[in-house]
Amino acid sequence: MRWFTRLFLVVGGLAGVLAVMLAAGVRQGLLALLGIGFGAVLQGARFGFTTGWRDFIERRDPQGLWAQMLLMVLAAAVSLPLIAGSGGELVGAVAPLTISLVLGAFLFGAAMQLADGCGSGTLYKAGAGAPLSFAVLPTFALGSFVGASHQPGWIALGGLPAVDLLAFGWPVALAITVLACGLVAWLAGRAAQRTPASPQAAAMQSVRTATASFVAAPVAAAPRAAAGWSRRWWLGALLLAALYGLHLIVAGQPWGIVYGIGVWGAKIATALGWSAVGDPFWGVDPHAVRLAEPLLADVTSVTNLGLIYGALAASRWNGPADFKVPSSRRLIAACIAGLVMGYSSRMAFGCNVGAYLGGIASASLHGWVWFALAFAGSMLGVRIRQRIGG
Amino acid sequence: MDNKKLFRLATAVFWLFVLALVAMDTASTGGVRVEPPPIALGSGQAASGGHCSGR
Repeated sequence: MRWFTRLFLVVGGLAGVLAVMLAAGVRQGLLALLGIGFGAVLQGARFGFTTGWRDFIERRDPQGLWAQMLLMVLAAAVSLPLIAGSGGELVGAVAPLTISLVLGAFLFGAAMQLADGCGSGTLYKAGAGAPLSFAVLPTFALGSFVGASHQPGWIALGGLPAVDLLAFGWPVALAITVLACGLVAWLAGRAAQRTPASPQAAAMQSVRTATASFVAAPVAAAPRAAAGWSRRWWLGALLLAALYGLHLIVAGQPWGIVYGIGVWGAKIATALGWSAVGDPFWGVDPHAVRLAEPLLADVTSVTNLGLIYGALAASRWNGPADFKVPSSRRLIAACIAGLVMGYSSRMAFGCNVGAYLGGIASASLHGWVWFALAFAGSMLGVRIRQRIGG
Repeated sequence: MDNKKLFRLATAVFWLFVLALVAMDTASTGGVRVEPPPIALGSGQAASGGHCSGR
């Protein structure tokens, strides 16, 4: 029976890709395919940005942070020479160092711990069927839509211009990025060494490793993996970096999440009678064009849809998935957090993917500012989460 | 209804909802759209898609 499920999932994915190609062109079909890859890897490896940070904040477990730094280095190594030599065909995620970036990243970091998922996390967990992420998705879309509309006003508060390290040449930009990522990984490892080994941390890693569908280890072997660097983390980083590079080559821009979710919110608002005319964000190009065109023509939307399907396929690959229904208190808190997350992501020029991964891999200083502020916000978010429970 | 059945039902409803919205959107936003080259690298065109970073 399992082979039938797998065949059904593969055929379903390919049929979806073909449908997107027919409706919106070859590029969009390829992006849907890459999106499926992103979702399959995120769910298959249980590669969570939110959980990686929480593991470190609560138990000084550095594995998630190490994997994220490895991903940054690999993505930068692939993308910086490509962007530098493309003559404008490929662009990075570069944004100014505004007051809105500082506020937005802090709020996003706090909210993502309460929503139990960042931008990519919410999508892949929704795809895998997590009830909490199902509930978060609509409020996330609403927040992203409204936040985008208010973004020009937030930027007008001021700040510093963008700092693009590629201006110093890609070898220098890459060297600075590698050094900075290495420093973060070293500091995380040092903090872990100073903290006594936590049985709870090992147990958490065991549970996630045992449910990581394409790198699943027997539960008996998982504690061993938890003591070092679990395979799911570094394998997930390697695969995500490869997909990130391919996405840049196909789309011409880095992988993003929240822009597409905002487009979904704007599309639904338009269907309900809202008009983008005169809106400082949605009423001007290129965003107005995105609303006028079909959803499948939008780069981030089509990748997001693929991601959700890829997560569904990975979660069912080894059989039916199980889930727990969260408490109503937890659901309400997560929905509010989703709204905040969507809004703040637009203040901060993106989420963990568009700003943190995309910014750092593009050698833009705003990626590092986003990381510092969102991590500080996550420390607060973890505390609030502990009070709420779950 | 047990958890597994509820889970399958929720997943099916979610995907039906998504497919219906995408189909309705595709049908209602027709018009002429210039299809971009399959791959941006080597296309000779500047990237034009919206991105979270504000472009």
